[in-house]
Amino acid sequence: MITKEATAAAPAPAPAAPEPPRPAKKRPAWDEAPRWQIYLPLGIYLVFTLIPFYWILLFALRPAGSTSLVPWPMTTVHFEKVWTDRSFGTFFQNSVLVGVATLIMTTLVALAGGYALARFDFKVKRAFMLALLCSQFVPGALLLVPLFEIFAELQMINSLGSVIIAETVFQLPLSMILISNFIKNVPYSLEEAAWVDGCNRMRAFRVVVLPLLRPGLIAVGSFAFVHSWNHFLFALMFLNNQEKQTIPVGLNTLMSADSVDLGALAAGGIIAAVPVVIVFAFIQKWLITGFSAGAVKG
Amino acid sequence: MAQAAAVAKPPAPPRRRRASATPRRLPYLLIAPAALLMLGFIAYPVLSVFYYSLQDYNPTKPWRNGFAGFDNFTRIFTEDPLFWDSLVFSAKWVFVEVGLQLLFGLALALIVNQTFVGRGLGRALVFSPWAVSGVLTSAIWVLLYNSQTGITRYLADMGIGDYGVSWLSDTSTVFPAAVVADLWRGVPFFAILILADLQSVSKDLYEAAEVDGASRFKQFWHITLPHLKDAIILSTLLRMVWEFNNVDLLYTLTGGGPAGVTTTLPLYIANTSVDAHDFGYASALTTVAFVILLFCSMVYLRLSKFGGEK
Repeated sequence: MITKEATAAAPAPAPAAPEPPRPAKKRPAWDEAPRWQIYLPLGIYLVFTLIPFYWILLFALRPAGSTSLVPWPMTTVHFEKVWTDRSFGTFFQNSVLVGVATLIMTTLVALAGGYALARFDFKVKRAFMLALLCSQFVPGALLLVPLFEIFAELQMINSLGSVIIAETVFQLPLSMILISNFIKNVPYSLEEAAWVDGCNRMRAFRVVVLPLLRPGLIAVGSFAFVHSWNHFLFALMFLNNQEKQTIPVGLNTLMSADSVDLGALAAGGIIAAVPVVIVFAFIQKWLITGFSAGAVKG
Repeated sequence: MAQAAAVAKPPAPPRRRRASATPRRLPYLLIAPAALLMLGFIAYPVLSVFYYSLQDYNPTKPWRNGFAGFDNFTRIFTEDPLFWDSLVFSAKWVFVEVGLQLLFGLALALIVNQTFVGRGLGRALVFSPWAVSGVLTSAIWVLLYNSQTGITRYLADMGIGDYGVSWLSDTSTVFPAAVVADLWRGVPFFAILILADLQSVSKDLYEAAEVDGASRFKQFWHITLPHLKDAIILSTLLRMVWEFNNVDLLYTLTGGGPAGVTTTLPLYIANTSVDAHDFGYASALTTVAFVILLFCSMVYLRLSKFGGEK
């Protein structure tokens, strides 16, 4: 609409106004907000974002019973207690195992399926896509009971495998849709050229397509990792043995104790946060580009 | 290395080319693992939920188990005030959460999409709660809302709220308290998705609008917002379903209390099956929740114009 008006209005002022040369103007108007309009709301929002983080650091680092607002004198006693007495060391190992296994399984299975969806036309494709979309609306939390019975049947209760499978299954649909969109963005002609050069399909995929998928795969894989690292209900339901539990379950145990040990809870929370924060810092750049490439609209 | 090998190879005979042409079974082989996993661990459980919804099924009371017809459903709609309470709370929770998350997420995305000093750091910090789990969010806000040592005490010093009141155990404050905790983690999700979509707005449009002298607000209204429309509709709907289904945060933060005022329908179902072991009734409740969600997914498919384009 605006552009139409622009063409109509342009002739009048254009010759009269000796416009300053474009390059001198660093930012276009849409990017010309007065600085305070950026920093003020951003600052307020940052306070809201960061105070909770600061608060948990404070409780984790200051001695029990202290009311000081700075974590000084600093102590690591809460971390030691949580790591050994409350078995967070074991939980951490379990969570890493679940996270990494889910990442690998999700990425591999979704890559195969996503390739089929992106490159082939086959009979059940539409039905399969519909199933993928519909499964977005099937809440894992509501399937706890039947899932529990399936894993009991498979003798997998109290084995990390049950949680890994459950996490993978519920990660798959979205991952597959995203990956198939990423693959669609890679021109088919590139692959065909590789075939002409003598590659078979597998090799052409590995040499030509896979390197181009890297940002997308990083986004999908880290998504799967963070999700399974954070997720709580499956582990709570399927793992009764304390030796097998994961970090979110451990945190919940700390929280639901009769008298909550706030220092231990805070230290446990930080142990839970560190890996995702590291992953997040590493992938943030890819996340924006990865999502905009595979964007929801596909 | 692989690339070098590919180049070094002599041109393949035509047979090779034939081998690369679509083998009929390949796509089926490729989707087989995903399809099998989803059949076994999504489709089958869903069907068994439908089956159990017509049964009396309680492992702790095996003598009463058996076919129940529609008894469970009759009970839901006629004798279970908790169902209606939890449904109403679910709706309230979803609309308030998603509405506010969208509003703040959009604003945040527009701000960090500008060019300014410290943008990278600003983005990283503002988005960081996105990666934090529901349970950890609960842990953090339990510390913040603690009546003795929490931030609420310092707010009371400044005249906001009363001393010694635990916001999470008071029926009048628990809703806003839980909403704020979930916003803390939910706003970055919207901001990230909207920011990603903002990257694809054509700069030419803004330049044209600028020549025309359109104000920044007009540019936002006529260019940015229409461009974001699809992404906003889709992420909003996805998020609604997610907020409806997700029980991690409320389960650990309030446990559905105090006095059940923060019990969503899925939380009620989880309690019915996990604590009361009333699997038959929980399955019927789940079926009802499915129907509600199915309605949402049809709206979703309609809006996303599924299958309309390739």
